[in-house]
Amino acid sequence: MFLLLPFDSLIVNLLGISLTVLFTLLLVFIIVPAIFGVSFGIRKLYMKSLLKIFAWATLRMERGAKEKNHQLYKPYTNGIIAKDPTSLEEEIKEIRRSGSSKALDNTPEFELSDIFYFCRKGMETIMDDEVTKRFSAEELESWNLLSRTNYNFQYISLRLTVLWGLGVLIRYCFLLPLRIALAFTGISLLVVGTTVVGYLPNGRFKEFMSKHVHLMCYRICVRALTAIITYHDRPRNGGICVANHTSPIDVIILASDGYYAMVGQVHGGLMGVIQRAMVKACPHVWFERSEVKDRHLVAKRLTEHVQDKSKLPILIFPEGTCINNTSVMMFKKGSFEIGATVYPVAIKYDPQFGDAFWNSSKYGMVTYLLRMMTSWAIVCSVWYLPPMTREADEDAVQFANRVKSAIARQGGLVDLLWDGGLKREKVKDTFKEEQQKLYSKMIVGNHKDRSRS
Amino acid sequence: MGSRSSHAAVIPDGDSIRRETGFSQASLLRLHHRFRALDRNKKGYLSRMDLQQIGALAVNPLGDRIIESFFPDGSQRVDFPGFVRVLAHFRPVEDEDTETQDPKKPEPLNSRRNKLHYAFQLYDLDRDGKISRHEMLQVTEEQLENIADRTVQEADEDGDGAVSFVEFTKSLEKMDVEQKMSIRILK
Repeated sequence: MFLLLPFDSLIVNLLGISLTVLFTLLLVFIIVPAIFGVSFGIRKLYMKSLLKIFAWATLRMERGAKEKNHQLYKPYTNGIIAKDPTSLEEEIKEIRRSGSSKALDNTPEFELSDIFYFCRKGMETIMDDEVTKRFSAEELESWNLLSRTNYNFQYISLRLTVLWGLGVLIRYCFLLPLRIALAFTGISLLVVGTTVVGYLPNGRFKEFMSKHVHLMCYRICVRALTAIITYHDRPRNGGICVANHTSPIDVIILASDGYYAMVGQVHGGLMGVIQRAMVKACPHVWFERSEVKDRHLVAKRLTEHVQDKSKLPILIFPEGTCINNTSVMMFKKGSFEIGATVYPVAIKYDPQFGDAFWNSSKYGMVTYLLRMMTSWAIVCSVWYLPPMTREADEDAVQFANRVKSAIARQGGLVDLLWDGGLKREKVKDTFKEEQQKLYSKMIVGNHKDRSRS
Repeated sequence: MGSRSSHAAVIPDGDSIRRETGFSQASLLRLHHRFRALDRNKKGYLSRMDLQQIGALAVNPLGDRIIESFFPDGSQRVDFPGFVRVLAHFRPVEDEDTETQDPKKPEPLNSRRNKLHYAFQLYDLDRDGKISRHEMLQVTEEQLENIADRTVQEADEDGDGAVSFVEFTKSLEKMDVEQKMSIRILK
């Protein structure tokens, strides 16, 4: 027992010293730059070296697979079947022309062969449709040393396994505790900071302090996730800011570069504490659960906020649900009816370093955050687009679609008209009738042409 | 999605499915991946509801019939071999299929005859081997209902679901009624 004592105090001393060193490093390299909004470039270096390692890893796997004569599963981002981009009308005309032996000027109303077009289209959607794949994580073309994205687990060589093991060690034992410590610091600073600012008298100083407290804490959170963000163009503040939605992290990314008022539902627990603290420093728009259902109330409160020039621009995600960042789905028209200027923002994540998509049916919030903190990094690009206003002859839905196309084009995402709600519900009957109307128009159209001549 | 690998050993009866359907190993792998994506609750088989969730299929006028074709003999589940068997009808016809035609082996699923038979089945709902007039009516009935709905909807201005005389006049304002509804009697 006595023999252990000298070693004991030595170990305690070592622990104390290493903790102090760690803390100082943390402060100097991470927290201080966060306060002033500068960067040492450590994260960019990290990203470059990771890319090189990933390229090497994929080469190894391909070589290993070739040696064993197996086939590697390679996901195709453009879908698994070859599709013909012809329209309903053209195809049916083609089918009728080739199949029918009757004279062409005797266009029939309906042919047995019409069925082939719909049959094939239907089968194509069963093999590969545009919507189902948007609600699961995007598939990568090269492996990024995370077992969660690996499709070819058994074709790994020894060197690769060692590298992977090293990666696990680094991520779980070094990066994870660091990130948790930072996140903790960031959140507590936010709560404490905004509460303190709330006690100041209203005026320019309070606004100044509030803005900087918010920005500082969001920047610390950004570093807590090791998010490497590239901003394109400058943020233009005002009105309503809309963006495509991939995960709750979107909020942190946008708010660390601009000062926004948040819109959302009041939560309980930790989120509730944060929300109540934030609202003391500056007016955010939090809705009670019961108020959320009342669309008029929501619209009224948002309009009031937007029209008050002294208030901050609001941040809204019109898709209503998290999509996997390969496409943009239907924007809900609510925020576009208010009539304010809309400032679109496009966010595109690079899934190579860590997939930010929150599959809420698969993972809860805590599991999701843990997955985020044990990925390599979150790399994304943010584009600030020029402001758009609703034109005189447009209704809210058309305006929403116009904004959506602009965001999709900028971010390189697929522009879909489908509703994000399809994640959980079935298609509404109105859509089915649209397709049938198109077909019937085609049949009746033949008659009209004949009678006019 | 975090899917584990789906190489040949994981697909049950992979070899026999390959021989029966003629799909390559790579294609089977993709289809198996797709099968698992559609099977949201990881049951191991697909039900009608899983297929109905596909948005683009639900708006297809033949959607319901196509879904039915996956469930022959009134069963409620389709497993992976059954799934692939139906999809095999749509495999492109390659030259090697027609050349190595062994008269003793059954016709490949993607032969011309089997493709036609699949389409025939979509019409022949009661599976009695004949397309009756009644079945033909059913196919066109839905189309006709939609034509009627659309015609009324286009002319209907006040939204009462019917075409009044004023609405009728308005929808035909461009037509030369005076000429089309006149008969000249010879002197």
